[in-house]
Amino acid sequence: MSAPLLSVEGITVDLPTPRGPLRAVDGVDLTLAPGSTLGIVGESGCGKTMLSRAILQLLPKRAKLGGRIMFAGRDLVTLQPEELRRLRGPELAVVFQDPMTSLNPVLTIGTQIVETLQAHLGMDTVTAMRRGVELLAAVGIPAPEQRLRQYPHQLSGGMRQRVAIAIALSCEPKLLIADEPTTALDVTVQAQILDLLAREQQRRHMAMILITHDLGVVAGRTDEVAVMYAGRVVERAPTPKLFTRMRMPYTEALLAAIPKLDSPPHTPLPAIAGRPPDQTRPLKGCSFEPRCRYADDHCRSAKPPLADPERAGGLFACWHPL
Amino acid sequence: MAKFLGRRLLYLLPVLLAVTLLTFLVASLLPGDLATTILGDQATPEKVAALRAEMGLDLPIWQRYGIWLWGVLHGDLGRSFRTGETVWAAVTARLPVSLELMVIGVVLSLVIAIPLAILCAVKSGTALDRFFTGLAFGKLSLPNYMVAILLIYLFAVELNWLPATGWVPFAEDPLANLRSFILPAVTLAFAEWPVLMRVLRSDMIATLQEDYIAMAKAKGLRPARILLVHALKPSSLTLVTVAGINIGRLIGGALIVETIFALPGIGRLLVGAIYARDFIILQGVVLFVAAGFVVVNFIVDMLYAVLDPRIRHGRA
Repeated sequence: MSAPLLSVEGITVDLPTPRGPLRAVDGVDLTLAPGSTLGIVGESGCGKTMLSRAILQLLPKRAKLGGRIMFAGRDLVTLQPEELRRLRGPELAVVFQDPMTSLNPVLTIGTQIVETLQAHLGMDTVTAMRRGVELLAAVGIPAPEQRLRQYPHQLSGGMRQRVAIAIALSCEPKLLIADEPTTALDVTVQAQILDLLAREQQRRHMAMILITHDLGVVAGRTDEVAVMYAGRVVERAPTPKLFTRMRMPYTEALLAAIPKLDSPPHTPLPAIAGRPPDQTRPLKGCSFEPRCRYADDHCRSAKPPLADPERAGGLFACWHPL
Repeated sequence: MAKFLGRRLLYLLPVLLAVTLLTFLVASLLPGDLATTILGDQATPEKVAALRAEMGLDLPIWQRYGIWLWGVLHGDLGRSFRTGETVWAAVTARLPVSLELMVIGVVLSLVIAIPLAILCAVKSGTALDRFFTGLAFGKLSLPNYMVAILLIYLFAVELNWLPATGWVPFAEDPLANLRSFILPAVTLAFAEWPVLMRVLRSDMIATLQEDYIAMAKAKGLRPARILLVHALKPSSLTLVTVAGINIGRLIGGALIVETIFALPGIGRLLVGAIYARDFIILQGVVLFVAAGFVVVNFIVDMLYAVLDPRIRHGRA
């Protein structure tokens, strides 16, 4: 394995709440090799979005960030604003969850693509416009010349997400963070967008972090998967390994909650009982313990570390692995 | 677009009718009699009655309103009972003064309000933000005439830099004309900026939370471009509304400012007409101001469409 492009070390994110600080991300370590894909999976509120915002240095002003984020040899946490600005676009790019809100409603598609190219590549307007047309065509937008003059509200959700991807790809980033890029879209469009991301990633030899709550999404499209729960990574393994032999009961429960096409009609969908723990009051033991059917006293009193005790190539945080 | 324009113009008519009728009613409630005012206390009752008949003052109010309205519909706004000056001449002679005051005052207030609002929104919650919002709040509670008098005291009386009164026509001496507008315009701007700054600041704070601002940051745009292009434009709808209302109001002249600085604008014409019970002038000015107000609101609606393409296409 080559030197990692991104290496996240002991990231913590604390958000102030009226009931005290909420630890949204609780000591996450990740590494990502150039050109590889990491899936981050977890339910709403598990900290996956906060983790991605931390890597992008786009956390809310009130949030407190700890740890180190080494990206291409630089620590993003201590980087000067101007250095960070130069990095965003040509090296580090993002596709947000909701293309209805991530494009500026009062600026044309053209403006929003061209300004990125001009900010980093110093193109003149005509060249940038021509490049914009190419980019839109590359992400599968018909009649791209016309689209450049249109506003986001004139495009469908899927088209908008394609525009957002075109913008993210415009300066050939080394790492693309896709934060639930298909959650806000119609099911029929979801696969198209994921295929587009996978194709462009291959073509550009770009690393990607794909954040989702859907294990099905990461299954065929990632090299490695990290499952997050209550701000921590609870299982991390190469994708094929994770799906053939998952160790963490939470991962199992997540997978069980995916509806299956071959189950007979009216089969009850297995859901994970209970709710994620209150992260302003951290538990002493395993944070999944209150919802886990394998839990015992040991789980309540001691937090399992994320480790690979069997040297099998996958990390998990559980006292009673499956 | 043409349909929208036509609908707007149709909407103008009932507004103007209602406003002039109300003014007519209120003006007729004013104590004192115009004929007596013109002829003086010593006039005989016969003479007063004769003048009242001549001016139509003995007619019932709805008839008087009808006669006035008929004249207006035929392009005759009437003339002053006292001076014989036509309403049209009276208004057009004073309009440039009020407009000049308005334009300088509004531009000045925007020049103060917009940068401060952006600064406070970016630094929201910090001591700097609290200082300027506090200052704006303090200024809001300080009446206009106080500011005017303080400014006169400082710049006209103590420092003797600027004239407190003595308006000079622009054609006569442009520089002296502008100098005579500085203190009144600054007074106006002082009254306007806190409101403008506060609405823009709060809209801007909301906009800065938007996903598309995070996206603009993630694209690596320069902070100035993020603030001035991505954030300011979608944040300025309320600002445009409030500024539009203020401009509409100022078309009728800034009563207090024009009076204090002795500027011969629409405001002074209006005040003079009320004192002299000069109903026809009063009616004319009110009609004019109401029309101006509606036109400005119309322009504000157009500006919405310029600022927000969703409105533009929603109507198309």
